[in-house]
Amino acid sequence: MATNIEKDDVSGTATTGHTWDGIKELNTPLPKWWLYTFYACVIWAIGYTILYPAWPLPGGASRGVLGWTSRGQLEQQMAAAAASQKETVDKIAAMSLPDILKDPKLLAYAQAGGSAAFKVNCVQCHGAGAAGGKGYPNLNDDDWLWGGTPEAIYVTLQHGIRYSDDPNTRDSQMPSFGIDGILTPEQIDQVANYVMTLSGETADAGKADAGKQIFAENCAACHGEDGKGNREFGAPNLSDKLWLYGGGIDNVKAQIHKPSMGVMPAWTKRLDDAAIKELAIYVHSLGGGEAPVTQ
Amino acid sequence: MKHEALEKNATLLLIFSLLVVTIGGLVQIVPLFFIQNTIEKVDGMRPYSPLELAGRNVYVREGCYVCHSQMIRPFRDEVERYGHYSLAAESQFDHPFQWGSKRTGPDLARVGGKYSDEWHRQHLVNPRDVVPESIMPGYPFLAEKPLDPKGFGANLVAMNLTVNNGKGGMYSQEDIDNAEADMVAQATGQNTEGLLKRYPKAVARDFGGDGKLDEMDALIAYLQVLGTLVDFSTFKADMSR
Repeated sequence: MATNIEKDDVSGTATTGHTWDGIKELNTPLPKWWLYTFYACVIWAIGYTILYPAWPLPGGASRGVLGWTSRGQLEQQMAAAAASQKETVDKIAAMSLPDILKDPKLLAYAQAGGSAAFKVNCVQCHGAGAAGGKGYPNLNDDDWLWGGTPEAIYVTLQHGIRYSDDPNTRDSQMPSFGIDGILTPEQIDQVANYVMTLSGETADAGKADAGKQIFAENCAACHGEDGKGNREFGAPNLSDKLWLYGGGIDNVKAQIHKPSMGVMPAWTKRLDDAAIKELAIYVHSLGGGEAPVTQ
Repeated sequence: MKHEALEKNATLLLIFSLLVVTIGGLVQIVPLFFIQNTIEKVDGMRPYSPLELAGRNVYVREGCYVCHSQMIRPFRDEVERYGHYSLAAESQFDHPFQWGSKRTGPDLARVGGKYSDEWHRQHLVNPRDVVPESIMPGYPFLAEKPLDPKGFGANLVAMNLTVNNGKGGMYSQEDIDNAEADMVAQATGQNTEGLLKRYPKAVARDFGGDGKLDEMDALIAYLQVLGTLVDFSTFKADMSR
């Protein structure tokens, strides 16, 4: 390669002196500002790998002289967040639910905290608007299976419903009247017709009449003689036209034949007590909440 | 040697290029072979039971990892939403790992026990039934595809090939011999003594809720075990990480 630096006639730029097949290479170096920025980045990168964990070495990566770790950073951030909320959260943890409801500032905080916790933990079943769905109770209405006072909601949240990992879970079983042969298909048809009349819906009067006796013998123990339910067993009110597993005679018959029974997880192991209280207050505030037991 | 010599000799250029790449590779890769602290020791981790492993096969086959990650990063927003950040040890029996790289759906690293089996059934059949705004496809056919336990021990043998350079160690011969029985025991909740001895804390019940053994049972069993094995009451985080 010949080295013959000259000035190019057309562009007025010096050549590098390299020529390939008669083609000369112009010498247009990188702009100085770019070059110095590049050098600065190299120096910065060296400093960075000294300050922070970077180099893979036998026995582990270099630790970095600042001692930064992702776990340490997380711990600091969590601690800072907890510290900034501590005063209010401590108050909520220490106070009874009715007292929190009476304190507007705490109430607002608990509702906001409960709303956030609801979005993470509850919307999957109860829906973003807490309107529930088939098999998942609507939390906006005043139809409560296990009670709608703040205290009752709190207990439900703590221990769940039919949640086998919690010995104090709310539990009840509706017998499978159909598949276990307790009632004949004809009897199920009759009692289902009677159940329809409880909420004033159209039903076969003759069958409903026959179903009344079957209801008294098989269903009234939990659902009550008037079918208004019993919260002690989470037995739904059958007279309010609200159907957890779908209305209409066919759904009612299916439920008597082989009942669906919902499961709700217990939250004591997943959330701290203050968060469960906040959730109870949030759910209580959704619309159907009943007055606290102790005012 | 002048640089010109390298540029004008293709063979020489190739040799020196290879040399440069080799040095770069050695510096980056070799230290990883000697790092002993990648996997922290934790209590409670065990290989997947046969039913869970069958569910994991469905998870991989259906490409769940394309939209769901299984990696809770040590960030406050993720830890508050999903729970304790994931540990390397929790993926030690995952070959290949299911960390994922796209977070279209929620992270599933600790989804175990968060929902009921019934919720999973409804959600897998039609996600809109329980999450109206969901864009996840439905998988109703899983409940129609029977799962045959016969010969499932071969899956355990295959998993053994993925560890210790193919020398095995994940599953013992006893595990392999009992794979079919263990799968049936976990899906029915009956005769579970052997299952619980081989796979401590395994949850056994009719996950699919229809009395049949199908892929729905397996997938729900797998989802219900995710992130539940490590005993965090005895876990002491090494803060130097």
